[in-house]
Amino acid sequence: MIEVRNITKRYGNLTAIDRVTFRVDKGEVLAFLGPNGAGKTTTMRILTSFIPATEGTAQVAGFDCAEQPDEVKKRIGYLPETPPVYQELTVSEYLAFVGQLRGLSGKELTAGMDRVMERLSLGSVRQRLIANLSRGYRQRVGLAQALIHDPPVLILDEPTVGLDPKQIIEIRELIKSLTGSHSVILSTHILPEATAVCQRVVIINGGRIVAEDTPDQLSARLRRSEKISVTLRTPPADVLKRFLDVAGVEHVLATSEPHTVLIECALGRDIREEVARFVVGQDWGLLEMKPVSMTLEDVFLKLTQREDSLPKPNDGTESERL
Amino acid sequence: MPPVQAIIAKELRSYFVSPIVYVVGGVFLLTFGFLAYLYIVFTGAQAIQLMQMQGGTAQINLNDLVFRNLFASMRFVLLLILPILTMRLLAEERKLRTFEFLMTAPVRVSEIIVGKFISVYLVFIGMLLLTTLVPLTLALFSDFDWYPVLTGYLGMALLGGFFLAVGLFASSITENQIVAAFTSFGLLLMCWLLAGLGSLLGDTPAGHVVSYLSFMEHFDHLVRGLVDTKDLVYYVSGTVLMLFLAHRVVDSSRWK
Ligand SMILES: Nc1ncnc2c1ncn2[C@@H]1O[C@H](COP(=O)(O)OP(=O)(O)OP(=O)(O)O)[C@@H](O)[C@H]1O
Ligand SMILES: [Mg+2]
Repeated sequence: MIEVRNITKRYGNLTAIDRVTFRVDKGEVLAFLGPNGAGKTTTMRILTSFIPATEGTAQVAGFDCAEQPDEVKKRIGYLPETPPVYQELTVSEYLAFVGQLRGLSGKELTAGMDRVMERLSLGSVRQRLIANLSRGYRQRVGLAQALIHDPPVLILDEPTVGLDPKQIIEIRELIKSLTGSHSVILSTHILPEATAVCQRVVIINGGRIVAEDTPDQLSARLRRSEKISVTLRTPPADVLKRFLDVAGVEHVLATSEPHTVLIECALGRDIREEVARFVVGQDWGLLEMKPVSMTLEDVFLKLTQREDSLPKPNDGTESERL
Repeated sequence: MPPVQAIIAKELRSYFVSPIVYVVGGVFLLTFGFLAYLYIVFTGAQAIQLMQMQGGTAQINLNDLVFRNLFASMRFVLLLILPILTMRLLAEERKLRTFEFLMTAPVRVSEIIVGKFISVYLVFIGMLLLTTLVPLTLALFSDFDWYPVLTGYLGMALLGGFFLAVGLFASSITENQIVAAFTSFGLLLMCWLLAGLGSLLGDTPAGHVVSYLSFMEHFDHLVRGLVDTKDLVYYVSGTVLMLFLAHRVVDSSRWK
């Protein structure tokens, strides 16, 4: 449904996105994940024919976004970064206006309005001026706007920003329910969101795609080894070397805590018992031992921060090479 | 409902829920009424003088003394207030980020421009129609020729359309409404001053061209009851040109 090939967008000297390539199949929900300024909004604007790419091609439902914008626009529901609402209209006036621009009228329009107002729980505010709505409600109105004509392709730029936890869950359920029938791209900074609703995650940073996979495989792929963190009361000076005596230990790393070390072994092995026996045998005073698992959160941070000189995370994982 | 109609309906709605239309309309009507009153009182005083001098009845020409002066003054009033009506049309969309929505909806740029122009034009025509209370009231008490009054109104309608198109264009180039308003003031004043430049150049080809470009002369013809296609063409083509420019600006703004 969506096919992006090598698109680059430059604003003067600044390259906002750099040779981005990905595709979204029919019925698939794709998360576009990246920190601020990564180029998510830029990519979405190109897909919606709002701006052209400097290089490369983008297609939606087989139509080129730069060459056939009219066809593309008809098939897309788009929630921009800032909900595009007219403050002086009431919710139902606004949705009617959007529906009319989308070519709906009569029964179709009323049905579309009723459907989105119900799905986004806007019934209670339908006669209120948008100017008087809270931020979360405006966001919902923005989403209703994108859904009113039931488009085959949805492009949602940070759809859950500003919503309360209950609404976030409801919106995620809503997006999940579109799986299979609609193709959706949503952008987010929040990992659990990507994991919760998407089949595939594209991680973008500094305008480049740094990873693309299912949420599970992403974290699996990046986990090269198992790690345990061990805290000791009286570690000897050469503690790092001494741990290498334990069978199965591959690396031992110091952490920012002087009494805590990080022990690595091959993927799939559990050497906690050996380590425990060894520490007790040496009488170093075992205070704590726990496996360090790499969450998608870590994956994200690693992927998006490796070029930056950000403060190192203090669990020692920074020494793992990608 | 076709998109243009939806846009017109929405814009009219936006105008009438905001105080702008009421303030601008109020100022327009008050100035119109006040100027009319001044000219009538002035004319009355002249009539009394004439009667004293000539004895008996004097012929006072309301068309010349009231309406021509009134319409001539309204040019300036329109120049001052119409940019206030148009300044929000596109600048506000940019500022509030609804522009992105409009541009990604299946609507043509021409439909947006035309819809917005028609809506503000309807507002203006509404204001103009309210001012007809002045000639209608005067007609109860005096005798005057309706024809030049009607062509004067035609002139106002054409001139206003041109001003509004200039304002719409000015609103397309910025996201700041104040900048939009001042840009249209500036453009309209320049256009006005062309008349001065034209008379400076005198009876030369350049002088004729420059004078033709100013809206002054064309308006004067209409106010005097002279309907010339040349003048109509001037206003209509000026309006269309400005709308076309606004179209170009909007269309190209996303191709950066
Ligand atoms: N109109 C523009 N002119 C110049 N630079 C721009 C423009 N729009 C975006 N950029 C730049 O392009 C880069 C990518 O911006 P973009 O808005 O796509 O990021 P994003 O991933 O959506 O970030 P966020 O999470 O903060 O929304 C940024 O460095 C931004 O400053
Ligand atoms: Mg963004």
